[in-house]
Amino acid sequence: MTMIERNEAAPTRSDTESTRQVRQFVPDVDIYETSDSLMLVADMPGVRPDHLNVRLEKNILTIHGEVEPLNVGERNIIAGEYETGDYYRAFTLSEEINQDGIEASMKNGVLTLRLPKAERAKPRKIQVAVQ
Amino acid sequence: MAANRWGIQDPWREVRQLQREMEGLFESVFGRHEEAMPPCNVFAGEDDLLVTCALPGVQLEELNISVIGDTLHIEGERKPEEVERSAYHRRERRTGPFRRSIQLPVRVSATNVSAEYHDGVLSVTLPKAAEEKPRKIEIRVS
Repeated sequence: MTMIERNEAAPTRSDTESTRQVRQFVPDVDIYETSDSLMLVADMPGVRPDHLNVRLEKNILTIHGEVEPLNVGERNIIAGEYETGDYYRAFTLSEEINQDGIEASMKNGVLTLRLPKAERAKPRKIQVAVQ
Repeated sequence: MAANRWGIQDPWREVRQLQREMEGLFESVFGRHEEAMPPCNVFAGEDDLLVTCALPGVQLEELNISVIGDTLHIEGERKPEEVERSAYHRRERRTGPFRRSIQLPVRVSATNVSAEYHDGVLSVTLPKAAEEKPRKIEIRVS
């Protein structure tokens, strides 16, 4: 079972003029296996479930969460330890995933993705032609 | 943004890529950069302070917020999910207990502090104590 990270930035939406000019962060993830699935858990604080975009295209799994800046009213920042911005990360999945059975849930800023393992291909006996 | 004459759509993409690679290099040499957990921002308004913390995946019953004197204490525990797992491929998310003590720049009215937790972001609103609020002084015209 393999999941290879793709080291790339989110594609810019060049088809529209008004691209979001926000910072982009790589979310911290845990990836682990259970007996029947590969699980991906990603910390994406500030991402509402309807602002999350999980996409699987040609074995490339991308997770992209948009963060709306928090409304702080008329207040000024006096101490800052984190910045807000979107989250983006991409992985290449091995073929051993049942791509139709992927489930995603988002709760308290944590994305949980369940990627069910596909039935393993049966070992094939290769006939050697004897000349 | 239209592609420029080099066909590059995003001029910062390669810079960010380089930055990420550099960070990855530093992480692999020095270990992951340790930062305060959870990271918090402090905002000041005329009448109150707002403290926001990026704290994903915490159960509210595991979170304890208190104001003692001029210090805001946020403590709790981020528990790992209770699942059977055979192997970790990546383990970047931090779990376990955390504690922050944030010294506030002004006195606050501890009894009127309110907190909200949405989408993994904690927001604590602390009204300033009456003596810290700007007072408008009426000038009587005789």
